Amino acid sequence: MVTVDINKCVGCGECEDVCTFGAISIVDEKAVIDQDTCTLCGACAEACPEEAIEITEEGGRPAKGPSLEEWKGVWVVAEIRHGTYAPVTFELLGKGRQLADDLGTHLTAILMGSGVRDKAQELVARGADRVLVVDDPALDQFVDDSYARILARLAGDEKPEIILAGATAMGRAFIPQVATLLETGLTADCTGLEISPEGRDLLQTRPAFGGNLMATIICDTRRPQMATVRPHVLKALEPDESRSGEVLEIQPAQDLLTSRIRVLESVVEEAEGPMLTDAEIVVTAGRGVEDEKHIALIEQLAHCLDAGIGATRAVTDAGLLPGRTQIGQTGVTVSPKLYMGFGVSGAIQHLVGMQGSEMIVAVNKDPEAPIFEIATYGIVGDVKEVLPLLVKKICQERGMAHG
Amino acid sequence: MNIVVCIKQVPDAESVKWDHEKGTLIRDGVQSVINPFDYNAIEAALTLKDELGGKVTAVTMGPPQAQDAIREAMSMGVDEGVVVSDRAFAGADTLATTYTLAKAIQKIGKVDAVLCGKQAIDGDTAQVGPGLAVRLGVPCVTCVGEMEIVDGGKGLRLKRMCEQGYDVVEVAFPMLLTVLASLNTPRVPSLKGKMRAKKAEIPLWSAGDIGAEEGKIGLAGSPTKVFSTHIPKFEARREMLQGSVEEQVDTLIEKFKEAGII
Repeated sequence: MVTVDINKCVGCGECEDVCTFGAISIVDEKAVIDQDTCTLCGACAEACPEEAIEITEEGGRPAKGPSLEEWKGVWVVAEIRHGTYAPVTFELLGKGRQLADDLGTHLTAILMGSGVRDKAQELVARGADRVLVVDDPALDQFVDDSYARILARLAGDEKPEIILAGATAMGRAFIPQVATLLETGLTADCTGLEISPEGRDLLQTRPAFGGNLMATIICDTRRPQMATVRPHVLKALEPDESRSGEVLEIQPAQDLLTSRIRVLESVVEEAEGPMLTDAEIVVTAGRGVEDEKHIALIEQLAHCLDAGIGATRAVTDAGLLPGRTQIGQTGVTVSPKLYMGFGVSGAIQHLVGMQGSEMIVAVNKDPEAPIFEIATYGIVGDVKEVLPLLVKKICQERGMAHG
Repeated sequence: MNIVVCIKQVPDAESVKWDHEKGTLIRDGVQSVINPFDYNAIEAALTLKDELGGKVTAVTMGPPQAQDAIREAMSMGVDEGVVVSDRAFAGADTLATTYTLAKAIQKIGKVDAVLCGKQAIDGDTAQVGPGLAVRLGVPCVTCVGEMEIVDGGKGLRLKRMCEQGYDVVEVAFPMLLTVLASLNTPRVPSLKGKMRAKKAEIPLWSAGDIGAEEGKIGLAGSPTKVFSTHIPKFEARREMLQGSVEEQVDTLIEKFKEAGII
């Protein structure tokens, strides 16, 4: 439970402010915690300038598992679909390389699929010391249960201390199953990974409370330590074809290959224009883009600039643009040269997905909209007025530039 | 069909405001609501019941006030519900949560389908659904965007959405699904449903009631813990363009030219 040392508490209310669950009130200048509402998140203890709040671990934290030190090495789960690596695979290898070097251990990539063995060398070029390949026709399509059981079995046998995977639709589907099979901790959607200065624990940083808070999570009592990592946050290494590594093929037990999920087809939907996450310019529709007529203008502007089209959750929830265009905490992260937001207010959940953009242009009729705080250039105005004008002028410019 | 829908009470995102000056959350007036994606899970559960018959039970883990969430689900047509509630569950991470929910679902009995939202908007981990499927020993399909009954009611054909497009998969019952907002439009509670929900007895199940082992719940069952927290800093730039709309647009285009964008 959370306890307040009333001799230290000065009733400043910092803890009350940071408690998202409304579990703290200041009574007679002392913090009082409603234990039924409290979730033991620890934000109050962190915020308390007097160090008056302590989380006492009722029932205790889990005991450290036996022989944690037997678990050695860093693993990266490669993601390959339709014959191509997801870019996050290389990003994970870049980070995995650094973590393995910090720990003085090796970096292993796990490659599962059908007809993928020829692709193993690419993982070595991107930083892996060793690639474990599980190549079987049964793994041609992504079947959660087989993928999860194979990876869990491999990890149980080989005992890596860290397993990293992309926080993609695929990673988020089967990695939690692996963690549950291994009865270990898993941190979702990390944006930062480091080894703790004292010891070998992995510090896993992720946005919490919709991005309002960054939380660093550790899994200090079990192994492996597992994390899924947001794509487009970490940096990949340039491929180095001269690197050498070991490629080992593993034939999994037949029972692991039997899936209860039958994939009838796997469809790649070709989006018009560049992929949102790869685009140099992203044009984003927010709540202020109210109807299809103005979505059409967003599309026209994107076409003129060869830009990707993004959206806020309000827009995708309203069905004006498909879910895959959603930028932010529950969508994709973008970091283009130019981000343009039309009628985007700048809720923190959206900002965490685009604040790495080089130039940010915001158009919103509310001068107090939070997006203006981080906008390189802000225009206070109605999207319905600004957008048509901008589309016309930019398309004219482009037309002229292209002769 | 014995159908379970897992729901979670979360702070209402609309009522949670952020004080950027102080860098703190403003908690005044924060309301608890059902996690938005869970409405779609409730609707999917009710659709299955409408088509195949059976019973829908809503399960939530939380404080006793989470009974409100169960009542709301019941007003939509869910038959019954239970709150798994015990101080000993506090501080649970997703591993301890999936254990607790699995024990509760096993107490309900043999289950054909478990429906969950894609993720909860407070934690945003999307880990409970797949983890729970492993605990229950059933296959899991995440991010379901379309659902169709096949095989004379023995299974489902599902559209599983992903970054590049989608997969069409078929699974036989029992199964666990996590669903997207685009799957359906949740029904509105009926007056009759509201009356029934108001009067319903919602049981609270303790750790003892579900036969949970002490070391697998709450903090003790949670391998992960928060090591530290900090407030994210965004780079402030803030240059507001001036003049009429046309002048501002012209200035912007000049800026684009300077930056070599057009």
